[in-house]
Amino acid sequence: MSLPLRIAVRFLVSGKAQTLLIVGGIAVAISVQVFVGLLLDSLQQGLIAQTVGNSPQIRITSADENVTIGRWNEVLSVARGRPGVSAVGVSASANAFVRKGNDSVPVLVRGLDDTAIARIYGLSSNLYEGRLISGAGDALIGRDLAKKLDISVGDRLQVRTPEGAAVDYVVSGLFDLGVAAIDGGWVVTPLRTAQSLFGFGNRVTSVEVKVEDIFTADVLASEIASLLADDGLDVSNWKDENESLLSAIQSQSISSNMIQSVIIISVAIAIASILSISVLQKRRQVGILKAMGIKDRAASLIFVYQGLLIGLLAAVLGLTLGVALLYGFTTFATTGGESVVAFRFDTALILRSFVVAVAASGLAGLVPARRSLQLTPIEVIREG
Amino acid sequence: MGNVIELRNVNKVYRGTPDVQVLFDITLAFPDRSFNSIVGESGSGKSTLLNLIGSLDRPTSGDVIIDGISTASLSSDRLAEVRNRTLGFVFQAHYLLPEFTAMENVLMSYVIGTRKPDRAVMDWADELFELLGISRVKNNRSTRMSGGQQQRTAIVRALINKPRVVLADEPTGNLDSENTANIYKRFREINERYGTTFIIVTHDRRIAEQTDRIVEVRDGRVLLDISK
Repeated sequence: MSLPLRIAVRFLVSGKAQTLLIVGGIAVAISVQVFVGLLLDSLQQGLIAQTVGNSPQIRITSADENVTIGRWNEVLSVARGRPGVSAVGVSASANAFVRKGNDSVPVLVRGLDDTAIARIYGLSSNLYEGRLISGAGDALIGRDLAKKLDISVGDRLQVRTPEGAAVDYVVSGLFDLGVAAIDGGWVVTPLRTAQSLFGFGNRVTSVEVKVEDIFTADVLASEIASLLADDGLDVSNWKDENESLLSAIQSQSISSNMIQSVIIISVAIAIASILSISVLQKRRQVGILKAMGIKDRAASLIFVYQGLLIGLLAAVLGLTLGVALLYGFTTFATTGGESVVAFRFDTALILRSFVVAVAASGLAGLVPARRSLQLTPIEVIREG
Repeated sequence: MGNVIELRNVNKVYRGTPDVQVLFDITLAFPDRSFNSIVGESGSGKSTLLNLIGSLDRPTSGDVIIDGISTASLSSDRLAEVRNRTLGFVFQAHYLLPEFTAMENVLMSYVIGTRKPDRAVMDWADELFELLGISRVKNNRSTRMSGGQQQRTAIVRALINKPRVVLADEPTGNLDSENTANIYKRFREINERYGTTFIIVTHDRRIAEQTDRIVEVRDGRVLLDISK
């Protein structure tokens, strides 16, 4: 251990109560920063997951309405080949009716392939009763539609197209995606059954793409569009279709970053002012060390190290406290037994906060370090 | 015998309104292994002179030569090196670091010279603690020692790097007569045993008379320079 570091440690250890107070105060500020950051991040992720998580973020359809896509296999392989794409599925969808007594209820029949069912719409994880589709005659419906039609798993469901074609399905499972339009309006069937019901042949109505980072959906969408180079196809992405949501998320991110920046700045100012006082307190010691021959740089390093050590301790304590606060919040802040926000441990945010807190502390230590440079031993000797 | 310290036409002016000149054209030399005192009344400039000799302060004009090195144009870091290797200081106040033990305070001066304490320096520290009769308290914090023990620790610290010169400014000013006599006896022993040059500032003529040479300063000028 270098001499300035040893002296810095000794200065901090010899004033234990003061050091603990300083570290505690800064740790609380860091914990607030981390708590706010993690909370807003969790809220944002929750909102995004709820809105666009269980749906494709890029959709490739025919540019003309009510026209199906024939070269979908080619589109599928182009989309699959892009880095950043996590799943690609296809859908054959059209409006139809289901019979309830003497009435007809309008529904959207969604013929999906296995990838679309499991990985894009997350129906397997949101199935609350029954099982997934296993045969050509199986269908899945949402909680609201099941309630509206008063049917449950194992019941028959007759679907009729506006053109008069009809097919009987057996409800194999019920899902709840938490989106009223889906839970109350979709009948999910195997791709092939829907294709034959609507007379699409081997054609589909859309190719649906899920991406790893949803914020890159627009970039990936334009990449796919330029690779397809087909005016007859329309490549849309969730960002274009949800501008207001996107702007709300961006505003939330900006306000979160602003709050965190203000806290970090206040932490840095607090450390700088505390250490400046420490220079005054240790003025005599620094003067003595200089009289004994310590060089200016080494003397000023004592204060940089003090800043770094305080920052390091406060960061570890503050981050632990911040994560604990969020855990407590997500555990105890509930509505109807469900957590208001899901606990989400964002390693990147934690690491960033740690680095920023320690770096800010080190930089804050530069202020007193500069002041110590100006101190000469004779000043201390004359003061007696 | 060569000179270990030389002052050439040293002037010291404290800037202010008005400027105050405290030393006037001082030219002095202190031979190696000598045992000297600087006497003078309060405000005569004797402590300022010692601070200049110790490179703790810089002269307004003139040069201080320490062990053959002209300090007039040395950087503060180079001066710090010269101080660390050549000089040892004992002041009226002990100036020990309260956060460290007596031994740590003593070794600090050695470690500052970017050296790791080895067995030889530890033995040397033990010998000095023994010589000054404070081995018992060497692991005590400086705040847990008596005034005499603190001052003797400061003397051990001044000697740990085997300096060519020890500069002492009223080193027994805060001590009783028994401790005072004891400390001067030790100074003399160290001077004779290790050949260390001593320059002691005091206002007490009885102490000065125990040294081999007395330099009397009055109103910033050397009034008398008597060698036995």
